[in-house]
Amino acid sequence: MTMNAISRSQIYVLDQDQALDFYVGKLGLEVNTDQDLGFMRWLTVNLPGDPEREILLEKPGPPALDPATAEQVRELLTKGALGGYLFMTTDDAHKTYEDLVGKGVEITDEPMERPYGIDFGIRDPFGNRIRIGQMFPRG
Amino acid sequence: MSRAVEESNRAMLRARDAMDRAYAQPLDVPALARIAHVSEAHFIRTFRATFGETPHRYLQRRRVERAMYLLVQTDRDVTDVCYAVGFGSLGTFSRTFKQIVGESPTEYRRRRAPSVAVPSCFTKAWTRPSSFG
Repeated sequence: MTMNAISRSQIYVLDQDQALDFYVGKLGLEVNTDQDLGFMRWLTVNLPGDPEREILLEKPGPPALDPATAEQVRELLTKGALGGYLFMTTDDAHKTYEDLVGKGVEITDEPMERPYGIDFGIRDPFGNRIRIGQMFPRG
Repeated sequence: MSRAVEESNRAMLRARDAMDRAYAQPLDVPALARIAHVSEAHFIRTFRATFGETPHRYLQRRRVERAMYLLVQTDRDVTDVCYAVGFGSLGTFSRTFKQIVGESPTEYRRRRAPSVAVPSCFTKAWTRPSSFG
């Protein structure tokens, strides 16, 4: 038996409310689950129409991480070195790009045509990278 | 306590992202320091403490990386490539390129073949010639 889907992925964020402003308010994702479990706030989002694939927006801190380790995570995240990376697709890269520029999203890479499609890069408020691509059909 | 470090890191990252995005424009330290909301002297010092090299060196290596890319992936001539990646003169470009890569732009182009296409942010991150050894 092999696995059949990537159902949830996780990235670290410094502030979950600010993460909602960005991922839902600016990028247009939907809140999938937002529940206070007592020991943590379980906060996941998904692309509209795709609730089977969730992104967990997790805040690093104790007791999951000791305070010193959490501090290291925050420092690496904010210098863009933690490795959090999301890849999303769109039907129209240029249009999505204009839309996000209008919303003040930080662009790291302008739209460019590549052999696999047209894509561009953005940065979330915390330091995670996101790449958005209009992919050409494969094969 | 560590909040100040995080804010500083994020501001330095914003300036570094600006270099990655707008390397072709005449970026200078005052412009980058404004993006990071700090003084010029503070910017150079803090950028270096954060990323291990000065902003000038980071930008030069970004420009050389983009030049390496254009030399291999396109047939634009060397002068054209030099200005396209943000160098102000062919002399500075050739000298800097050779210093960093170890051979001239023309020699470099002759030896390389185009590579597999992966998202360009990875290419840019991994092929920017490094001084870190």
